[in-house]
Amino acid sequence: MTVESTIDRSALSVTFTAEFDAPIDRVWQVWEDARQLERWWGPPTYPATFPQHDLRVGGEARYYMTGPEGDKYHGWMRFDEVDEPGHIRFIDGFGDDNGEPDDTMPVTRSVVTLTEVDGRTRMQIDSLYASVEDLDKVIAMGFQEGMTLAMGQIEEVLATTLKR
Amino acid sequence: MVVQTLTRDETDLLFHALADGTRRDIVSRVIESEQSVSTLAGRYDVSFAAVQKHIAVLERAHLVTKQRRGREQIVSSNVRTIRKAGDVLRSWEELWQSRADRIEEILAADSPATENEKGSSHDR
Repeated sequence: MTVESTIDRSALSVTFTAEFDAPIDRVWQVWEDARQLERWWGPPTYPATFPQHDLRVGGEARYYMTGPEGDKYHGWMRFDEVDEPGHIRFIDGFGDDNGEPDDTMPVTRSVVTLTEVDGRTRMQIDSLYASVEDLDKVIAMGFQEGMTLAMGQIEEVLATTLKR
Repeated sequence: MVVQTLTRDETDLLFHALADGTRRDIVSRVIESEQSVSTLAGRYDVSFAAVQKHIAVLERAHLVTKQRRGREQIVSSNVRTIRKAGDVLRSWEELWQSRADRIEEILAADSPATENEKGSSHDR
């Protein structure tokens, strides 16, 4: 797999591309099928569950990621453009405790572009933030996520030390 | 994600810094907005000196920075420094890199015979 990414802070956009050794229809499935999406959307330590996933124009998804302590983080997606098997435009954001979109949190607008060349599929993700503040907020969230992970590790270390 | 980009010593400092509830709370607050040492001190049921000590530990772990502004000492989160260092790209890139890795694993799990049978070989 080859991977590239670029960030353009002035345009508030980030681009990521990866190339998979699989035909385009197969890569489309990992987006379309909720059970497959669950296997890659969240990190192994915070696996995602999608009770709702409707990859159609105007369709929405609701998901939550479950942490090692049973802590849950909700998110949502809304699909504005869906053109199988090559194009998805969607908005995603954080959810409140009931899993519904949290209006106080920033949203990300992303475009997924799949193109097939010689049986291999190139996947490009372009994400756009509404404002510098939103971008910063998302970064701060990522930072907090990192801290949460660090805390999980601390707890593991403590648990092992206590057993000794 | 940020944690993984640190050296072992930095990680140790970070873990030590975050092993305390008050310090974690200070970091959460300054991520929201910068705070003066006196404002922070007023929030906790410990001495001013104890809060200053906590801030010093956080500074050593590069979680916060402290600067004098007039009569106040202002504590801000290091998210700015992280951003400067290019971690913005890195965290987003890491997110999608890890997702792409997992997609690749899913695709690799396909056996050639069932590759085109939609979803059938992937039900759990």
